[in-house]
Amino acid sequence: MSDRQAIYDTVTAQIEPFNKKGVTLSDATTFQGDLEWDSLTVMDFVAAIEDEFEIIITMNMQAEIETVGQLVDAVAKLKG
Amino acid sequence: MSDAGLVTEKLPADPVEVAPEHDLMSKFDALIAERQALIDTGVTDPFAIVMEQVKSPTEAVIAGKDTILLGTYNYMGMTFDADVIQAGKDALDQFGSGTNGSRMLNGTFRDHIEVEDALRDFYDVSGAIVFSTGYMANLGMISTLAGKGEYVILDADSHASIYDGCKQGNAEIVRFRHNDVADLDKRLGRLPKDAGKLVILEGVYSMLGDIAPLKEMVAVAKKHGAMVLSDEAHSMGFYGPNGRGVYEDQGCEADVDFIIGTFSKSVGTVGGFCVSNHPKFEAIRLACRPYIFTASLPPSVVATAATSIRKLKHAHKKRAQLWDNARSLHGGLKALGFQLGTENPDSAIIAIILDDQERAVAMWQALLDGGLYVNMARPPATPAGTFLLRCSLCAEHTPAQIATVLKMFEAAGRSLGVIG
Repeated sequence: MSDRQAIYDTVTAQIEPFNKKGVTLSDATTFQGDLEWDSLTVMDFVAAIEDEFEIIITMNMQAEIETVGQLVDAVAKLKG
Repeated sequence: MSDAGLVTEKLPADPVEVAPEHDLMSKFDALIAERQALIDTGVTDPFAIVMEQVKSPTEAVIAGKDTILLGTYNYMGMTFDADVIQAGKDALDQFGSGTNGSRMLNGTFRDHIEVEDALRDFYDVSGAIVFSTGYMANLGMISTLAGKGEYVILDADSHASIYDGCKQGNAEIVRFRHNDVADLDKRLGRLPKDAGKLVILEGVYSMLGDIAPLKEMVAVAKKHGAMVLSDEAHSMGFYGPNGRGVYEDQGCEADVDFIIGTFSKSVGTVGGFCVSNHPKFEAIRLACRPYIFTASLPPSVVATAATSIRKLKHAHKKRAQLWDNARSLHGGLKALGFQLGTENPDSAIIAIILDDQERAVAMWQALLDGGLYVNMARPPATPAGTFLLRCSLCAEHTPAQIATVLKMFEAAGRSLGVIG
């Protein structure tokens, strides 16, 4: 299993508790449009991802991340 | 020869409508509809209150009715102080109504210097810089202090002016969970060791009226080599031996690098400031855009502020009265069974938490109809999506007024089923 796949699996597992609508996840799933998260949910989720990977995703970076795939790529880069 | 220039130009009788996708105002449709739905329920618009007369720091006339004010930030009741008013009148007579210029050019008058001196005395610091509002003080200080490649670390429940200061600057922005010392420590630990860092805290968080564990948070910030800025807007005048704020009360004066404050709360006028002991602090005046590119405060405003600050330094009786009032109201509301933002009367703000907008508006309306004004606050200003009725106390509220207020809350709360 590639590193990216491992990160993707961990990220999607972290999304599940916040996936109230039961949306089927893919790289293209958007946080705002598909998952319909509000800013408080985003904050809790980002904190969970940061703690899982021991990284910091700054608010500047968060503004650029719209999809699950973009988040996975960002985590891969930050871990690298 | 063309006669084009001789034809009278006319506006078309039927102007072309802006297509919805090109109308920049279309994005506000949802907001307009939500506000209309609220007004259609028959309530007074909570965000369009007009004070027709202001009789004292605690009384005004709203919609023709005498109303007790319990939702202003006039904590120390300085707005009608005779010395403060006289100072403003004298300055109007001597210096005119405005400065017509930036502090950096022609907008620094005698009393701008005087109010900065008053701040240095009040806070016992070497440096004081006055801005045109508290909002601009945060905007200016944060965006100027933290540059590209540096980090601002802020509490998730920070005031809008702090968030906007972050947006205006070029630093990397990192949030930590509200008042969570361990979370701050963890996040600071993950940042590059060599990068400059500014941790931003607030003495009192104004929505719920809770205070920060500044001593622990400042210690964590210093452990990671960060500088600290504390916004003491809602604490000036009544925390600590000299009324400097929560940071003084908790004994962190040596470790807080920058204090932000405002003239629009305890001081009783308008304006903002930053004070600091940093030896290079004056350089802010040369680099800070919200300081440079705006008009300075009118002479009457800085004169009233200077007089008020000098009186606040010795306002021990008012301080004691304000805390008495906070304890009476908090204790009374708690005994009635209201859910409050803080377990104890930690500040001069007491927030009643309600579950939904309908109940919050109905309660707010019932209180207003009975002659009591409190603040209504709703998301996104409030934490965790709550609806709040926020009471803020004044040193000039009398025990009789507090008793009246509690009766009003009891009647409204029972009739709407908020309390049993």
